[in-house]
Amino acid sequence: MTERVPLVVIGAGPAGLSAAAEATAAGVETLLLDEQAVPGGQIYRAVGRANPDRRTILGADYADGAGLLPVLKSSQLDYRPGASVWQVTPEREVFYTVAGKATAVRAARMVLATGAMERPMPFPGWTLPGVMSAGAAQILLKSSGLVPDGEVVLAGSGPLLFLIANQILNAGGRIAGLVETTPRGNLARALPYLPGLLRLPAYLGKGLALLARLRRAKVPYFRGARDLTAHGGTQVEALRFTAGGRTHELPCQILLLHQGVAPNVQITRALGLTHDWDAVPRCWRPRLDAWGGTELEGIAVAGDGGGILGAAASAHQGRLAGLQAACRLGKLNEAERDARTGAHRRALSAQRAARPFLDRLYRPAGAFLDPPGETIVCRCEEVTAAQIRGFVGLGCLGPNQAKAFGRAGMGPCQGRLCGLTVSEIMARTRGVGVQDVGAYRVRPPIKPVTLAELAAMDEDDG
Amino acid sequence: MPNDSRFRRLPDPGRRAVAIVFDGRAVQAREGDSVAAAILAAGIAVTRRTPVSGAPRGPYCMMGVCFDCLVEIDGMPNCQACMVEVREGMRVRLMAGARGPGADLQGSKADD
Ligand code: FES
Repeated sequence: MTERVPLVVIGAGPAGLSAAAEATAAGVETLLLDEQAVPGGQIYRAVGRANPDRRTILGADYADGAGLLPVLKSSQLDYRPGASVWQVTPEREVFYTVAGKATAVRAARMVLATGAMERPMPFPGWTLPGVMSAGAAQILLKSSGLVPDGEVVLAGSGPLLFLIANQILNAGGRIAGLVETTPRGNLARALPYLPGLLRLPAYLGKGLALLARLRRAKVPYFRGARDLTAHGGTQVEALRFTAGGRTHELPCQILLLHQGVAPNVQITRALGLTHDWDAVPRCWRPRLDAWGGTELEGIAVAGDGGGILGAAASAHQGRLAGLQAACRLGKLNEAERDARTGAHRRALSAQRAARPFLDRLYRPAGAFLDPPGETIVCRCEEVTAAQIRGFVGLGCLGPNQAKAFGRAGMGPCQGRLCGLTVSEIMARTRGVGVQDVGAYRVRPPIKPVTLAELAAMDEDDG
Repeated sequence: MPNDSRFRRLPDPGRRAVAIVFDGRAVQAREGDSVAAAILAAGIAVTRRTPVSGAPRGPYCMMGVCFDCLVEIDGMPNCQACMVEVREGMRVRLMAGARGPGADLQGSKADD
């Protein structure tokens, strides 16, 4: 018998924890599934067990995440960490595995709060060991107190790059260079939208403080960098690039890349929902209503999985989704629900107003969307950008066909990491929009599951 | 424990040491480490070789996206090392050269 639960929330970051908080407060029994071993999502990862020293290194915004944790004590909440969700159906069945044991539940309502992933930053050499996403270095610091030892180079674009550089300095790390790839024209395109950003005055101040700190620490700072290549044998040894009309080479033991974040749409894609292409931030997002509701009855999305707005906005979206779930499950009437939404909607509107500026300022350079031919795009199957262009020449129209043409997207990551790049390259090569090219279809199981786990589940059912 | 890790640990009083076995060698991890963090701290940078050219790969995303960290844990192949926390006595092995989870068990079949 498949267990039935009123509400399943997937993801214990700011959106999922906030959705669970509203729902349980209204008396809704909630099952919270999270892939991580500890709550907080990526942004507040391991905040509950960070010692005071770690909180100082990571900063006040991180430490604030602890405010989301009290819901975990709710008697209405069943929190299951370490839960790998491998299938979600439109009928709201959820299949997941904890410690090798597979389980199925059926939910009356669901909130998907699976957050964001870092956008790929493909260039020649980015596959070398020792080259990691900047977010990966932050996770090592938050969860394990690991700091890069030796020379670190950070390359890419986006506010997170500056935050992580600061955190590495706070932790005693040595930064050999911050190599910014933001195209020079971005600022001029963003400036008309500055009034929107000014609705979040604290944001600007924090950004300037991060920059000032890097300047005081005399971190070598290169702007408008292009033609990046990473070099090394079995591990990265140096980053080469041009900036200011000169070629530079920075030796490094660890090279950290960042090019902004994109919604993690693996589950919403697997559900077959409509996704729209967001042309300014260059990513897909599922089509949602004002409560985060999807085209499927009873299934909502909250947080960055529905479009990137950041941690503060995600918490407000989670609250709205939780209130809506409680209302539809008969625990709040519409008047009670609406009485609690005003502050969240106002906060969200300020966060949304800042996006047009930020999305234009940090729009990735073309070289990372449509990289040089020798760049490995699909890391799993080692398919290069030139090969993908070649598939188009042979009549391949979209990413799903590219799988058959050359195994792109068919490795273990199932196209999670190369999906955006493959769609962009094919669109540009064909001279059409990314929406016309489409994206990889996502088929369950969306996480590895063994035959033994499946067999054990059948026995339980029988 | 001296090693050639490209990472060093901040002092973390209160977090217990956890002993795991990595490819037959004893590795000291800390409570709360992912397997990927523990092996990076121990100086192991290469977690797999690609099936196509044999090129080395190491953990890239640390959040379950890239699958470059696949290892065998306690006899179970294709585990994401960045998503599993260390446990005392855990046995971890590299899966050099092996193709990741078979296309049969993952929904990545070619279509159209
Ligand atoms: S390091 Fe990317 S999935 Fe583990």
